[in-house]
Amino acid sequence: MTVKRVVITGAGTINALGHDVATTLEAMREGRCGIGPLDIRDVDRLSVQIGGQVRDYDEHAHFNRQQISLYDRFTQFTLLAAKQAVDQSGLVFAGELAAKSGVILGTAGGGVQTWDENYRAVYEEGKNRVHPFVVPKLMNNAAASHVSMDWNLKGPSFTVATACASSNHAMGLAFHMIRSGMCSAMITGGSESMLCFGGVKAWEGLRVMSKDACRPFSATRNGMVQGEGAGVFVFEDYEHARARGAEILAEVAGFAMTSDAADIVMPSKQGAARAITGAMKDGGIARDAVGYINAHGTGTAANDKTECAAVADAFGAHADRLMISSTKSMHGHLIGGTGAVELLACIMALRDGVIAPTIGYEEPDPECALDVVPNVARDAKVDVVLSNAFAFGGLNAVLALKRV
Amino acid sequence: MTIDIDDRIIAIIAEQAMLTPVDVSREHTLADLGIDSLGLVESIFAIEEAFDISIPFNANEPTTGDFDISSVDSIITAVKALIAARK
Repeated sequence: MTVKRVVITGAGTINALGHDVATTLEAMREGRCGIGPLDIRDVDRLSVQIGGQVRDYDEHAHFNRQQISLYDRFTQFTLLAAKQAVDQSGLVFAGELAAKSGVILGTAGGGVQTWDENYRAVYEEGKNRVHPFVVPKLMNNAAASHVSMDWNLKGPSFTVATACASSNHAMGLAFHMIRSGMCSAMITGGSESMLCFGGVKAWEGLRVMSKDACRPFSATRNGMVQGEGAGVFVFEDYEHARARGAEILAEVAGFAMTSDAADIVMPSKQGAARAITGAMKDGGIARDAVGYINAHGTGTAANDKTECAAVADAFGAHADRLMISSTKSMHGHLIGGTGAVELLACIMALRDGVIAPTIGYEEPDPECALDVVPNVARDAKVDVVLSNAFAFGGLNAVLALKRV
Repeated sequence: MTIDIDDRIIAIIAEQAMLTPVDVSREHTLADLGIDSLGLVESIFAIEEAFDISIPFNANEPTTGDFDISSVDSIITAVKALIAARK
């Protein structure tokens, strides 16, 4: 089997920090916070009233009435991000390329807003009729399917749901498909939009949410804050990209996934460390070469200390020399879409030499004693970066990226 | 009424610990009873439902809030205070 190199030739996003990649990266450089008061129905009945919501968004500015009847908000975000990514790549999918290209996206909840609105209609309002497109609108693969239709992608397409690791698992599988020669290009990443009454209420129940801010690694952290949005990329066979003179944003060099096989919500240091080590081994990367890690960094007591312990285990003395930051402090936790938006910070580190900060950082925590790039972005040249995702259910997925 | 509150809280905690109420004493900590963080969150939910109260508890900072979970006794005292405050 030939092993192909895999590169990223397009990127797109919409999230609380901006409606495109340039705006998002500028916000990350400036350490801007996209988290604020939630503007959703019945917010007064929620005990958690903040989130990383996509602001100034009018679906009618992007989609017609017929499309809106089929596109849940998570699908809308995906399609907007996918268009940016494909446009940047310059790829036109036809013939053999179309047959060898597909879509793998991550989402944890799929069309949560559609579930929420229609449960409200039948339970609260007592209606006995719902719109005919409720099922095709809420299904978890709706976004992947619409991307395949919009761009004529006729190869393998599906959706991965592994909670907070969904996007990383999706991108890892897309990477595998190109590396193995099965596909020439893949649209990949993830999307989530569960900032609605039912979506936030469900999270409240776990009592792991912060009511004021996401402060990863800070001794004063008190929980996670939900975000929403999408990140979508074009992954492409390196030779294919080079032959057509495409601009290459970064190389996807390695990927590993592990399972804790332990607890449904509590993270495991061993499971996380095995995924980190595995991604480096998969990419033939020496641990001293890693300059930056985009952390899972949720801002919960449990995740952040476990993640730091895992990094210390995986890197030994080098753990004190690398930088690790959590951009969730700015855009919130996009759940199934989070790894995709966070990959933008990885690309920025490699291409622009700018390390996105962990904002909201107030006080050192001895259990998170790493260089977490507190509050202010930093200029640094790095050649290899990792992106961590550790999901509820003990499912871990780590990607390694290199500068090309 | 007071005894009833004590018994009901102990019954909820006992059920979570998969013990009978007589095996739960007021001096026990939740850890003594084998209740982990997920079990604690579930116990708090059950107590909220039983007494129609709202318990201020964040799993990220279990010891810093006003709701003292250090023992069965402290939980009973805190729940009674919340019930009294509601009236």
